[in-house]
Amino acid sequence: MIVDILRSASQSIRANLMRSALTCLGIIVGVASTIAVVSVIEGLKANIGEQFESMGSNALTVQAYTPIKQAMTGRFARIDHTDLQLIEDRVEGIIDVTPILYLPGSRNGGTKYKGNISTATVLGTSASYIRLDNWFPEIGRFILPQDDQTRRRIAVIGSKVREDLELPEDPRGEYIQIMGEWFKVAGVMEERGELFGFSQDDLIMMPYSAARSLNGRGRLLNIEIRFKAENIEELNQVKQRVERLLRKKRGIGENDVDDFKVQTADQLLDNFSSFTTSVTLVLGGIVAISLLVGGIGIMNIMLVSVTERTREIGINKALGATRQFIMMQFLIEAVILCLMGGMIGILAGYGLGAGVAAMLPGFPPASVPLWTIGLALGFSATVGIVFGIAPAAKAAGLNPIDALRYE
Amino acid sequence: MSQVIKLEAIGKRYLMGDQAVDVLNGLDLIVNTNEFVALTGPSGSGKSTLMNILGCLDKPTAGQYLLSGEDVSQFDENRLAQVRNQHIGFIFQSFNLMPRMTALDNVAQPLIFSGIPLKERKRRALEALKHVELDDRADHIPAQLSGGQRQRVAIARALVTKPDILLADEPTGNLDSKTTDAIMNLFEALHQEGQTIVIVTHESEIAGRCKRVIDLRDGVIASDSFNEVSA
Ligand SMILES: Nc1ncnc2c1ncn2[C@@H]1O[C@H](COP(=O)(O)OP(=O)(O)O)[C@@H](O)[C@H]1O
Ligand SMILES: [Mg+2]
Repeated sequence: MIVDILRSASQSIRANLMRSALTCLGIIVGVASTIAVVSVIEGLKANIGEQFESMGSNALTVQAYTPIKQAMTGRFARIDHTDLQLIEDRVEGIIDVTPILYLPGSRNGGTKYKGNISTATVLGTSASYIRLDNWFPEIGRFILPQDDQTRRRIAVIGSKVREDLELPEDPRGEYIQIMGEWFKVAGVMEERGELFGFSQDDLIMMPYSAARSLNGRGRLLNIEIRFKAENIEELNQVKQRVERLLRKKRGIGENDVDDFKVQTADQLLDNFSSFTTSVTLVLGGIVAISLLVGGIGIMNIMLVSVTERTREIGINKALGATRQFIMMQFLIEAVILCLMGGMIGILAGYGLGAGVAAMLPGFPPASVPLWTIGLALGFSATVGIVFGIAPAAKAAGLNPIDALRYE
Repeated sequence: MSQVIKLEAIGKRYLMGDQAVDVLNGLDLIVNTNEFVALTGPSGSGKSTLMNILGCLDKPTAGQYLLSGEDVSQFDENRLAQVRNQHIGFIFQSFNLMPRMTALDNVAQPLIFSGIPLKERKRRALEALKHVELDDRADHIPAQLSGGQRQRVAIARALVTKPDILLADEPTGNLDSKTTDAIMNLFEALHQEGQTIVIVTHESEIAGRCKRVIDLRDGVIASDSFNEVSA
């Protein structure tokens, strides 16, 4: 019997190809757009996760934080050299304390070599930087402790800087001009590629001390301090120790707001996650609309065919079909259509997502989580079944003669 | 002679708003095996209503209906479906074929509901098509057939389950006189083979070719007579 119901259902699908195709299309649109959007977001998320993982989960970052209220008065919080020294001297259980000083204005065509200009970000840091970022030189060397001590004017550059400045393949010993001063290239870092279309290799690093002097005495200094907890279990204690120390130094009371932030890699990741969550919500709205459009499409076709189908049900009932048989046939028909449309939709959606990801340079590859497939398929199937089955259920409950008369 | 149909005080009342319309008023009727009955009467006299009740397509609002001795007025939905499937062959004025199915599939359709396997269904359907001389049109869909051919497919579909009774509501109402004649010849042949048949008609020529004529007026039997002249 079930074989006959299956056969009836597939016969009906084939006999009404146009209607079946349109129903499928509705499902395909809903599922494909959902999957396309979500796969791109998920690809991004996974990629960001990887980026932060390379930072190491025992890493901590101290940054200045200006509460909005305060920012409006024009007083910006800062982390400066004295904070760095305090942390280095007074906090136990940390290693690789590394300052990062971004040189403002360095993007404005600051770096030159034989008439070529690089807009790379310039930062001053110390030898331990590479251990925090797990990023190592490919050619030459990174900044050494003695470079920092002697304020040596050397620079380690990202691969994009070498390209932009048209430096030789091995640029060691070449001199480049950064903000008017000459620096000797000591090394080139491994290529990292792009993130969100931004090169991660467009970076010039110099000794922290050299950057400070380049920054000029008059300028107010704001640095970022990174370090690692020696022992991962102590991560939170270390974090609190640093917070307490900085609070005391700045005279911040119990109830005052900190003008700095100490964050673990996980917390930084959380910041990014909350960003992607809000992006996901917006895109989720788009997804909901496309599912709705697909759903309305399915619904329309189902409702349009009610007249025709009611007569068909009337004939079958007159010939001796039971209510159960008719319901099963419609259910199976709806399920087949939903599965077909769903499968095509998943493939099309994934293709679309992968295509978008591939077209944007540096965009991470798309990935499809199972729940999306579940959501998209579940929704379309529900619409298909509700609007396919409800009229059928009504017709199947009629007297055969009333179903036959249905106009 | 056994009774195929026995109606006792059958009534059908439609409620139109707060007004009740009695289309059938306490109708008694017995149809025996191998009878060939014409049900006549003016338009609106309740012929179709009666036929639909006989075919279990509709339910009476009063009275008792015995089909081959069983009180079908007490049956539930599923048993009624079974009765429609196995005991009744119904033929409509408008054929009521599935437009996208071939003649063969149309004829085989009721056998699905009897739980007959596919191969056997096809075999019996082809046999029924042969019976109405349409086995050469088995692969055609209704749109590719003439009106008379469509009605013969519908008759084959009604016959395929070997029902106790064949009920036809104005089967030639949509057909020209030549085709009508052919269809009537077919009914006569089926009658000769022992089939019990009830045909609704308002044409006296058709009624004249049946053995018994029942005249319906305002929901009651006005006359019930046997034709003297017949083949
Ligand atoms: N579903 C219905 N609701 C209300 N009145 C109906 C319905 N079906 C039939 N009737 C009425 O019942 C009467 C008999 O109809 P019908 O049996 O079709 O007559 P016939 O077939 O003899 O022309 C008509 O007056 C018709 O209007
Ligand atoms: Mg009628």
